[in-house]
Amino acid sequence: MSDARIHAEAAEERGLVRFGRFLRDNPVVPLIFFLILLIIAHFYVVMPLRTGRTGALSVFWVNNLIKFAIPLAMLAACQVLTMLTAGIDLSAGIVATISAFVCATLSPLIGVPGAVAVSMACGLAVGLVNGFGVGVVKVHPLIMTLGTGLIATGCLQVYQRFVISTGTLVPDFLIWLGTGRTAGLPNGLFLFVPFAVFVLWLMRFTGFGRLLFALGSNENAAKLSGVKSWQVFLALYALSGLIAALAGLLYLGMIRTPSLQLANPLMLPSVAAAVIGGTSIFGGRGSFAGAIVGALILRVIDTMLTLLQMPEGARIALFGLIILLVTALYVRITGTR
Amino acid sequence: MSGTETQALLDATGVAKSFGAVRALTDASLHVAPGEVVALMGANGAGKSTFVKIITGALTPDAGRVLIRGKPAQVGSPAQARRSGLVPVYQEPSLIPDLDVSDNLRLGDTPVEPFRHWVEELGIKGLRLDHMISDLPLATLRILDLARAIAAEPDVLMLDEMTAALPTDLVDRVLKVVRGQADEGRGVIYISHRFTEIQALCDSATVLRDGRTVGDLKIEPGAEEKVVELMLGAKLDLGKAAARAKHVNEGAPRLSARNLAVAPKVTNVSFDLYPGEVLGVVALEGQGQDEVFDVLAGFRKATGGSLTVDGEAVSFNHPSQAIAKGLTLVPGDRAEALMRERSVRENIALPFSARIRDWGPLKGRHERDRVNHAIEKLQIDTRAQGEVQRLSGGNQQKVTIGRWLAHGVQTLLLFDPTRGIDVRTKRQIYPLVRELAEQGAAVLFYTSELEEVPLACDRAVVIFNGRVVDVIDAADADEQTLMRAAYGLTEEKAAS
Repeated sequence: MSDARIHAEAAEERGLVRFGRFLRDNPVVPLIFFLILLIIAHFYVVMPLRTGRTGALSVFWVNNLIKFAIPLAMLAACQVLTMLTAGIDLSAGIVATISAFVCATLSPLIGVPGAVAVSMACGLAVGLVNGFGVGVVKVHPLIMTLGTGLIATGCLQVYQRFVISTGTLVPDFLIWLGTGRTAGLPNGLFLFVPFAVFVLWLMRFTGFGRLLFALGSNENAAKLSGVKSWQVFLALYALSGLIAALAGLLYLGMIRTPSLQLANPLMLPSVAAAVIGGTSIFGGRGSFAGAIVGALILRVIDTMLTLLQMPEGARIALFGLIILLVTALYVRITGTR
Repeated sequence: MSGTETQALLDATGVAKSFGAVRALTDASLHVAPGEVVALMGANGAGKSTFVKIITGALTPDAGRVLIRGKPAQVGSPAQARRSGLVPVYQEPSLIPDLDVSDNLRLGDTPVEPFRHWVEELGIKGLRLDHMISDLPLATLRILDLARAIAAEPDVLMLDEMTAALPTDLVDRVLKVVRGQADEGRGVIYISHRFTEIQALCDSATVLRDGRTVGDLKIEPGAEEKVVELMLGAKLDLGKAAARAKHVNEGAPRLSARNLAVAPKVTNVSFDLYPGEVLGVVALEGQGQDEVFDVLAGFRKATGGSLTVDGEAVSFNHPSQAIAKGLTLVPGDRAEALMRERSVRENIALPFSARIRDWGPLKGRHERDRVNHAIEKLQIDTRAQGEVQRLSGGNQQKVTIGRWLAHGVQTLLLFDPTRGIDVRTKRQIYPLVRELAEQGAAVLFYTSELEEVPLACDRAVVIFNGRVVDVIDAADADEQTLMRAAYGLTEEKAAS
């Protein structure tokens, strides 16, 4: 009897519902389609509007697009992973900045390997504090990471006063990674491709990844199955801190001038990239592949807006609008949040 | 004046209500005359709570009428029902925890002086109105709720399990005050599982079964037998218990509880569970069985007594510790146990990744084999396996059971595993439980449907009011015996 009912239900699933489910299960396909559409619009609508002639897709252009999308996608990984558990990491941007600043200022003092190690340790430390707060004390991730982010910002300013006279040095291999090209593509991919494979593998093929989905989907079910959630949260936010620190190092090599706000502007776009990529801020659903495409989409939009000579304020406002639109669209189509 | 004297204060007739395809009520009636205390009774699933919601205006009936003082009750919202003269007191305290007493009174337009009077009368001395509600003990809150209701001078007072969580001296006070209210000409609807209180307080009883009122009777000595009979009636045919050899417990118990207490509900629960045995738990709703299962599964700590597993004293802080000792729980609420939007396989395989040492790469083959085995064993319909929420309730329940089947069962704690699932799945679950026991598992089986006890269990412990009051041989227990036991009517026998 119940078999018949399931059959009937399956038969009813047509049209929009089915499309919605498809989108939910494979957010990457329509996203890539959307990306291509944007790129075409860029060359055939925006470019003629500004310059009077259509542009051509050049290796240089693609290189630039990918290059600047990489640090964004890495920070988006922090958001995807934490959002799977219905969390968020608002300290990721600041951690990236700190990591970059510490590396640039310590390199002349203690050498490059030491500086990189300290940078990563900073990311790990912030991440562990976040994990402790979220997992053990049960502070809401939004508040927790906001708080640690502010504290870290303050510490960075204090730290800056001590190192103000030492000068900065951006390690050569970071410059190579950040600005170099191999066969027309940015060297950053040497870091990013293995990183992306690792994150995708972690989410899909490991017990840890499964627990991230489980905690976001139903923490009580996880507890019932013997999962100690604090352990997962501690490891998750520590990992997020490490990823943010790594993204900061890469970004340092790309920009080459450390500042106290270096990677901060990437913070909200990283959330946007994750959301556009089909990750639910309510947990239990998410895709890093989607976030990568999301980062690329945001970069294309950013390029378009720059070309249209939009002021910075309008660009930020548009980012906000895009997040809202995409989320609304998802709720509408998939019927889930 | 004389005309209204004989008129019923509350007159609910022919009330029907359906939720989708489920008919919760078909023909429920209840009459309360001035000065009368009526016990509203019914076994689990009889439709009692739906009926209460309709009388109090929280739900609108599909058919039938509810008259208060002869006027159609302005049902539609609880506030309207209150205005028309019916004031309910529910099991859950209704005061707002973050406000103090006087703010709560102001919110409900409760006159302060009568309230104070009734609080004193009900046995709470020295209550200050600036106490925060959240600082007060549960028993006091229930008394405050009752005092507030009485201070509103209602025509009909409805009390839902009023004496649960109250110490005995307060219970006596409550019964006295409620009787006094009736003697002043008010009507009282009294919902309780406790026959001793009903005997002491009520004038008559209205019994619901399968959504209809099956009897109104006077409370007199021996009435509880009739009530039990009325509540039973004919039930769904769940199949016959398979003929089976009587299980004999030998060796050491797998799990023993001694004088287990969980404040405030559970006061004294002791039992032994042997390997190869299915031990039933017979209890009405809210007698403390929830708390006992929570303690066994590691969701909460006992406040007293001891627990041993295979002869070793244990105390769990987290379900993982219980699982390590082989105690695995299938909870009453499936929504608690399942990741709704994840797949059947992922749900079943969840415990395989629980410990840190399992955080690495998934053990594909090993895991798949065990999950497949569980799916086959339970005949889970896997056509909609992509998302558990798309399965039927019965199949969802199989997934929660399958999780522990795949993981390996030593001691299975089943909390009402058949609630709300179809008969076919139910019939699959009993033999499965039997089979697990035959293979050496120990199973603790609480069910809210008494007729399941002989189908699945070897023995059954009866929990009433937080204590084990009886242990019965389940295999040949008829429903009458079980029902009497569940209502604490065999208590005297057990005590002597």
